[in-house]
Amino acid sequence: METDLTRKASNVASAHAIRTDEADAPPALPRRSSAGRMDVRILLLVPALLLLVVAFIGPVGMLLSRAFTHPQIGMQNFVDLWERRGYLQVLWNTITIAAIATPICVLIGFPVAHAMTHGSARLRRWLIFIVLVPFWTSLLVRTFANVILLQRNGPLNAMLVGLGLTAEPLPLLYNITGLLFGAVQVLLPFVIFPLHAAMLRVDPTYMQAALTLGAGPARAFLRVYLPLTMPGLLTGATLVFISTLGYYVTPAMLGGPRQTMIAQLIQDQIAQFGNWGIAGALSLLLLLVSGVMLLLLQLTVGLKTVAR
Amino acid sequence: MKGDGLDRWRIFRGTVCILAALYLIAPLVIVVIISFSAASFLQFPPPGLSLRWYQNLFNSPAWTDSLGVSIKILIPSASIATLLGTAAAVAIVRGRIAGASIIGAALMLPILVPGIITAAALFGVYRGLGLNGTLTGLIIGHVVITMPYVVATVSSALKTMDPRLEDAAATLGAPPFAAFRRVTLPLLAPAILSGLLFAAVASFDELIVSLFVSSARVRPVAVQMWSNIRGDMDPTIAAIASLCFAFALLALLAEMILRRRTGVEPT
Repeated sequence: METDLTRKASNVASAHAIRTDEADAPPALPRRSSAGRMDVRILLLVPALLLLVVAFIGPVGMLLSRAFTHPQIGMQNFVDLWERRGYLQVLWNTITIAAIATPICVLIGFPVAHAMTHGSARLRRWLIFIVLVPFWTSLLVRTFANVILLQRNGPLNAMLVGLGLTAEPLPLLYNITGLLFGAVQVLLPFVIFPLHAAMLRVDPTYMQAALTLGAGPARAFLRVYLPLTMPGLLTGATLVFISTLGYYVTPAMLGGPRQTMIAQLIQDQIAQFGNWGIAGALSLLLLLVSGVMLLLLQLTVGLKTVAR
Repeated sequence: MKGDGLDRWRIFRGTVCILAALYLIAPLVIVVIISFSAASFLQFPPPGLSLRWYQNLFNSPAWTDSLGVSIKILIPSASIATLLGTAAAVAIVRGRIAGASIIGAALMLPILVPGIITAAALFGVYRGLGLNGTLTGLIIGHVVITMPYVVATVSSALKTMDPRLEDAAATLGAPPFAAFRRVTLPLLAPAILSGLLFAAVASFDELIVSLFVSSARVRPVAVQMWSNIRGDMDPTIAAIASLCFAFALLALLAEMILRRRTGVEPT
């Protein structure tokens, strides 16, 4: 028996699964007829799968295989990655930036998701709208907007100087500050929506029970609320982390040369040097790290519990 | 005591929400204001207002051409993505197919795999096929990237729909296709439309695949914007950015109305 609340939660969660991730597994509906026979509806899958294989899995497979075949067969590309300082530096940049952006997103996203779940109806509607607007707006437009906002004589610096917080305009662009400002902004919805979905599923009577049984609000939060929303938090954090790893537009526009990330390196290797072997090896590394993170998430949380 | 703690949390929460809302929305508002600037560089607040950057936008062939290219990509790619994605979603959710959940996950891969990998992979394959710099190449890439959104939207709507409705139609003698066309499809229409809308927006905004696969002659808006931002910026780019923003806002509102129609409240 589905309560109204859980149904709402599943609706929201699935509606917002859109830009976040996961293919939720279909429910194993107990159907009455013809269990053994394959369904003719399998034919409906053919065009989509054909496209996926020919225009996605095949090409990606070819790119990855070049790591071992270009310019000659062997592991040379991986040795190169390991031995050249420049490459390692970029990999290190990528990991650190993702590791900094993720906790910031969680810290900002948690209170927002909480208000989005437990606030007044009007506040909830406004917050959902405000978080969805950037979600639907082009990444390029948002990043460009940040360039204007953060530039030396931009509005943010004018405000900081006006408030007397700083005498000189601060360098906010083309460095780690600019990159993190833009990245967190883009990634916030990825942590807010899974958290919101998890919070909707928390039975409010649990918190009441903890409070009436004598736990203070802080303790009730730490011992009851936080553990119950942990699946959403972990999902959001993982999504933020792996999305940051693959970022191209934000570091290229808001970061400086010292914040070069792996996606820019892949692009340079192909466009400037035609070095498909290194590009393939970097892609493989990026996919492996993302894949392992998703697998860990699947093992600890189970994507399905979050998806519905 | 207890009340104090909760009050303090409420105040903290309210403050974070206001700051986060500003953080998310303020840059976009600034872009819209600058697009009406009279100054010839990106100055805020603008010294005066004018429409010159919008005029500039519609009088410059580079921008109008790229707008045309974007539309020529968007219409076929969003339609194909919606058609294939809806068919796949119906098969995965309603069909009794072995490994349906794995197939469903595989169909989501293009949005899980970083765009740079998809872009590099397609660029590599297209070189041999002469598809780089062609509309066909761009359309195929955009279908791959946008189809997962349709699959996700339609399959989540299918899951919240009572399968007994279709069963009832079948029991009452409707042949399978008639049951689908007369019962499932009308109930699913808002979700399909919202998938189409999102696919269209995603195609218009898509940058990385387009950046690799396009050429100077066939260049969608996103790539044109990209090269402008990297070069010397003037408020023309704020004008096109504002138009993109308005387009996204309209699409989002349309989608929210569609979702309300299905009875799935956004809250």
